[in-house]
Amino acid sequence: MKDKNDDKKKTRRDFLKLGLASGAGIIAGGVVLGNISKDGKTPSGETLKLLAPDGSLVEVDKAMIEEPKPPHINREEAKKGIPGRNFVMVVDLSKCKNARKCTEKCQKGHHLPPDQEWMKVFLLKDNDVGPRYWFPRPCYHCDNPPCVKVCPVGATYKRQDGIVLIDTKRCIGCKFCMSACPYSARTFNWNENEGNHVNQEYSPETSVPSELGTVGKCDFCPDRSRIGKVPYCVDGCPMGAIYFGDANEDAVTNGDATVRLTTLLEENGGYRYLEHLGTKPRVYYLPPVGVEYERGLEDLDENIKLRYKDMIDDNDLTENHG
Amino acid sequence: MDNKTKYIKELSALVENKPTAKQKLWLVFLLVLIGAGAFAFFYQLRNGQIVTGMRDNVVWGIYTIFFVVFLGFSYAGALIASILHLARVRWAKPIVRILELIAVFSLIVGPPFILFCLGRFDRLLMIFTHGRLQSPIIWDVIAIVSDLIISIVFIFITFIKDFALLRDNTELKIPKWRRKFYTFFAFNYKCTLKQEELLNKAHDILAAILIPITIVAYSLLACIFAMTLKTGWHSTIFAPYFVLTAVFSGTALVIIVLWIVRKVYKLHDYITKKHFNLLGFTMLVLCLIYGYFTFSEYFTNWYGGDLNTMMILSKLLSFHEYGWMMLTYILLASVIPIVIIGLPWFRNVSTITFAAFTTLTGLILHRFIVIIPTQETPFLPVQDIRPEYISYSATWVEWMLTLGGVAAFLFLFSAATKIVPVISISEMQESLKKKKLKIFGTQPDE
Repeated sequence: MKDKNDDKKKTRRDFLKLGLASGAGIIAGGVVLGNISKDGKTPSGETLKLLAPDGSLVEVDKAMIEEPKPPHINREEAKKGIPGRNFVMVVDLSKCKNARKCTEKCQKGHHLPPDQEWMKVFLLKDNDVGPRYWFPRPCYHCDNPPCVKVCPVGATYKRQDGIVLIDTKRCIGCKFCMSACPYSARTFNWNENEGNHVNQEYSPETSVPSELGTVGKCDFCPDRSRIGKVPYCVDGCPMGAIYFGDANEDAVTNGDATVRLTTLLEENGGYRYLEHLGTKPRVYYLPPVGVEYERGLEDLDENIKLRYKDMIDDNDLTENHG
Repeated sequence: MDNKTKYIKELSALVENKPTAKQKLWLVFLLVLIGAGAFAFFYQLRNGQIVTGMRDNVVWGIYTIFFVVFLGFSYAGALIASILHLARVRWAKPIVRILELIAVFSLIVGPPFILFCLGRFDRLLMIFTHGRLQSPIIWDVIAIVSDLIISIVFIFITFIKDFALLRDNTELKIPKWRRKFYTFFAFNYKCTLKQEELLNKAHDILAAILIPITIVAYSLLACIFAMTLKTGWHSTIFAPYFVLTAVFSGTALVIIVLWIVRKVYKLHDYITKKHFNLLGFTMLVLCLIYGYFTFSEYFTNWYGGDLNTMMILSKLLSFHEYGWMMLTYILLASVIPIVIIGLPWFRNVSTITFAAFTTLTGLILHRFIVIIPTQETPFLPVQDIRPEYISYSATWVEWMLTLGGVAAFLFLFSAATKIVPVISISEMQESLKKKKLKIFGTQPDE
């Protein structure tokens, strides 16, 4: 990924292929041949067919394949964003059953402590007769972001690819952005997060490592987008409820299927949460049709279940006790 | 001995007073509290904000409340002093010095309170090196810094004539450094006609600048809350409501301080019943306007009845949540001052001071009610089982640090009353002049 134009063409093609390819069990596009190691590995004998960037099919030994590493994006570069991209997310509320895999995978990927959830699942009920439904809430990466407006030092900013990031080296911890965010999407590092002290150079794109006394939030995983991967939450969702993609390409994928963004939203009545606030979120929701919310309570940790005590019937709460 | 020499002699003698044993004990007590506050500050700095009661929903706690309270005192002090000065209000001459001292000291003590909220104290300077004009915090920084500079210049200008008098008064039994101090800060003022004219002009101009500055600055403080989309904060009435609350609480504070100063320094000849009555009436009027603002705010919100507003209102009215605090605050800041000052039977110097005290307490509760419940009621429900994430309660660190800040204010004020005449000698002289002073070159009607 050296040339800008080349990069643009390739990522567009790769992205569309990603959904199809991963479904068929072939790793496509995102794995660049250059990442295959030449030294110190014994061939396993099993081979895999891969699609090279030039479109030709090549066969590679399985042991030779390495996970592609995202390029290190420094604090200055991270402000620019990935050229030509326009990231969006769609969450299908009718599919979510509170498996919490999105949250867990995100926490693992970002080395978050268990009590810090960037992707948080709420249990909502819009009115008396409406259904109860599970509501995963990432950061909405608003196009009119109230958090960015109020930041006194420019530590949180909007990029050209639509993503709102935080530079934790700049953040002074005034928490104004947390007050300003209508979606409670931001969390604060109240104490030192030991598990986060990984040997990794800081980049706002990975949000790792975090710093005491600064703000953190969902970053839409741009580091993963750079190597053709979907964010952790999309990857983790067993229901395929979360779609991630590019509005310029009009395509989103949940890992299994790649669909047209406009068609998905049009056909399913997509909407944005609290549209009237005018923040223009980049995360769309598909309405919760036919949700059996009780499924989300099965096998749920008692501590997590208690969170929803105001929303659920008492017998649901005690069911697993007895 | 005529009035004028009596004033000069008595008021100059104020700076001669050595602190009594009681007063020394008081200052030591305050120093201990300040020390405890400093300990809490370093404890918080070392351990991070986990030691406070603030969490992801309530991100601003009592530090912010006292920031608002102290800046309110400061702006109120400067605003009232400027208006009284420009309007040449004769009866107010003995109290302007106290107002100005309150203005400057609370402006020194107030802003650090918001800094205690910072997660990264070490990056404080980034506000200046990387500041963004779009952020209301930067508006506030600019406003506070301008106000601080102008207030300090203003107060030194008001000191000049007094310091010149003290410098030239050879009878005063004061240590050498003190005389040097007066000599320096009298800035070579020789009481010539030209000097006096220039000084009076500067005084007028600065007072005139301070009026809009204080109003703008406190409005911008309200912006920190009102500019967010939060229900309960996002309100057009917030700026004027804040300014009015500030003046209201400032008036209450002045009454309390006057009562104490009068008692400690035996200034009954200067601070009279008339002052308490007039300030009491001012407070009563402010209380009624304040009640009107409060009513407008809550009634409008309640009638509209949108979901989040109703959730906050139900918390304010529920006795399991903020009901008692709400009731106490209404009693302290509205019912008591209206009954005591509004009705003639209970009104005297002590009861007015008592009403001022309850008002002050009530208004601190009011700030709590404005700032905390809103943060506990975001649009998405707080689905959490950690109690500190659901509702805010301040920890010992926060209380200790806050108490330290309050003690710092009291210490600065107490110490200052020993060094500068707590009643302005030059202002008193002016109040004796037969002829009224010109206001911006215009002769007032006789």
